[in-house]
Amino acid sequence: MSASTTNLSTPLTDNPRTVRTNPGDRTVASIAHAVLVLWVVLVVGPLLWTLVTSFKTTTQIFDSPFTLPTRPAVVNYAHAWTTAGIGRYFINTIIVVGSALVIVMLLGAMCAYVLARFRFFGSRVIYYLMLAGLTFPVFLAIVPLFFVLRGFGLLNTLPGLIITYVAFALPFTVFFLYAFFRALPYEISEAAAIDGAGDWRTFFSVMLPMARPGLASVAIFNFLGLWNQYLIPVALNTNEKNYVLSQGLGAFASQAGYSVDFGALFAAVVITVAPVLVVYVIFQRQLQGSVSQGTMK
Amino acid sequence: MTAQGFTHRRTPGLARTATPGRRRRRRNWSVDRVTFFLAFLGLPLSVYLIFVVSPFIQAFYYSLTDWTGFNPQMDYVGLSNYTRAFTDNIFLKSIRNSVELAIVVPFVTIALALTLATLITVGGSSHGQIRGLSAAGFYRVISFFPYTIPAIIIGIMWSQVFDPSNGLVNGILTAVGFKQFDSFPWLGNIDTAMPVSMFVIIWGLVGFYMVLFIAAIKGIPSEIYESARIDGAGRFRTALTITLPLIRENVQTAYIYLGIAALDAFVYMQALNSNGGPNNSTLVMSQYLYRTAFTKGQWGLACAMGVVLAAVTMSFAGLVFLVNRLTGGKDSVTLA
Repeated sequence: MSASTTNLSTPLTDNPRTVRTNPGDRTVASIAHAVLVLWVVLVVGPLLWTLVTSFKTTTQIFDSPFTLPTRPAVVNYAHAWTTAGIGRYFINTIIVVGSALVIVMLLGAMCAYVLARFRFFGSRVIYYLMLAGLTFPVFLAIVPLFFVLRGFGLLNTLPGLIITYVAFALPFTVFFLYAFFRALPYEISEAAAIDGAGDWRTFFSVMLPMARPGLASVAIFNFLGLWNQYLIPVALNTNEKNYVLSQGLGAFASQAGYSVDFGALFAAVVITVAPVLVVYVIFQRQLQGSVSQGTMK
Repeated sequence: MTAQGFTHRRTPGLARTATPGRRRRRRNWSVDRVTFFLAFLGLPLSVYLIFVVSPFIQAFYYSLTDWTGFNPQMDYVGLSNYTRAFTDNIFLKSIRNSVELAIVVPFVTIALALTLATLITVGGSSHGQIRGLSAAGFYRVISFFPYTIPAIIIGIMWSQVFDPSNGLVNGILTAVGFKQFDSFPWLGNIDTAMPVSMFVIIWGLVGFYMVLFIAAIKGIPSEIYESARIDGAGRFRTALTITLPLIRENVQTAYIYLGIAALDAFVYMQALNSNGGPNNSTLVMSQYLYRTAFTKGQWGLACAMGVVLAAVTMSFAGLVFLVNRLTGGKDSVTLA
């Protein structure tokens, strides 16, 4: 990104000078706004409808898709949390995604650092091996993985799920952080070495703090990726007690077709979507920054 | 442990770092450095090799056996799993459906994402500085919403929206007078199930790529746009002849990622029509593989299907590279 680049999406309000507009411009702008508003409605509409419906009783849901809830049926949320097991799935998800995220960031940063800063025989091979892991479909691995985990006695356990999450998030983490560690100035690590810091110390107290922006970006993407994960838990974590959120909701939805508690289903969807969405809206500036960082690399 | 032995052996030669000079290198091969390499390379690599690389390799081997998993009997059967898969009409149908997804989903997603990104970044006034639309930030923030929602939830939510009797879509359609949609089964009709599924997948993906393209377009120096405008190029001309060529690498990367996502599509399809849809019209390879492995227990056959899926994915990526090459692009992938 060159220094001369100007921010193209700066809204008009940034510039207090009145801008001369001609009719053609206004037409283009209104068409653009119309298209974008349509798009926004398409995105937000279903979400809002889900939110409203989650406060309706199942009878009301069957009545009409439009009626507003007469009295908010908060009981849906209680049902979703306890009867449908969303509460337990939520805690499982936090444990699994949280631990996997911490471990994969640490291992990924370590591996990327060594690959990026040290030249040794086989380093390119390891790098390309990681790259290959990014493109191969997980589906190819899923069947043997089932038996690998069973061999370790980790099938249907949370630690088994965590280690699998870590392994499959590793290539992305390493690939992204590799570029980041490469770009860090060598002078600083040399200065640390002269000051007597060993390799461990240099990494943990010099390099890792300097890589913080990159780590934050990768951590956000990894979080969303792991939070979204469905196939791995469905295939490798079939004990209902250990279900994660995505999996539990999938199971609940396919059940709901028969022993309908649609109110609770909608409530469960809201419980799952809301926390991440709220966090996103609060931190959206940083997150959008992460996406642009991805393209600049 | 092989990974540890590996790093051990390599340790003496690895100090070609920033520190120049031989003397320095010798001294650096200390306990500190040995433990450092064991931990920093050995640990991540062993996890990666055990849980990612070895299953991938095993899959190729299992695909040549008649393994049923729970019984230890496993005979080498050559390519018979592959012949069995390719004579199975349902599997062939699922390949067709997956390829259909891989053709339609990336193209529509990118076209839509590029259009919206262009509108947002250069939709503003044609006088003075190049500027975006007012409220650009608002549109961008909203567009990214679907990316924060797990795919399974997107599927569940839309299957409710398209529900025949109490869904939003039929509610709106009947309200404006289309009575024939009173209880129209969008996901249960052989003609609409696939397009509706594609729509849902695209809904989930567009926002992310739109934000990506906005970032890429913002990386283009505005002088280029200004000079194009002075030369008399209109907005559409600018978008096609300036924006697109300058961000073609991002588009290529997006195409590959979207293709991989569309060839998987397991989560969306499982949420919308877990049984493969009416007459298997939305059954995709990943779903059929999953069913073969975890419901029928035919592990060998499932691995063969996995190999076919991997081959299709690799050919897709190769094809995108080839097309990009032939049309004058460079061979490089930026990571989104």
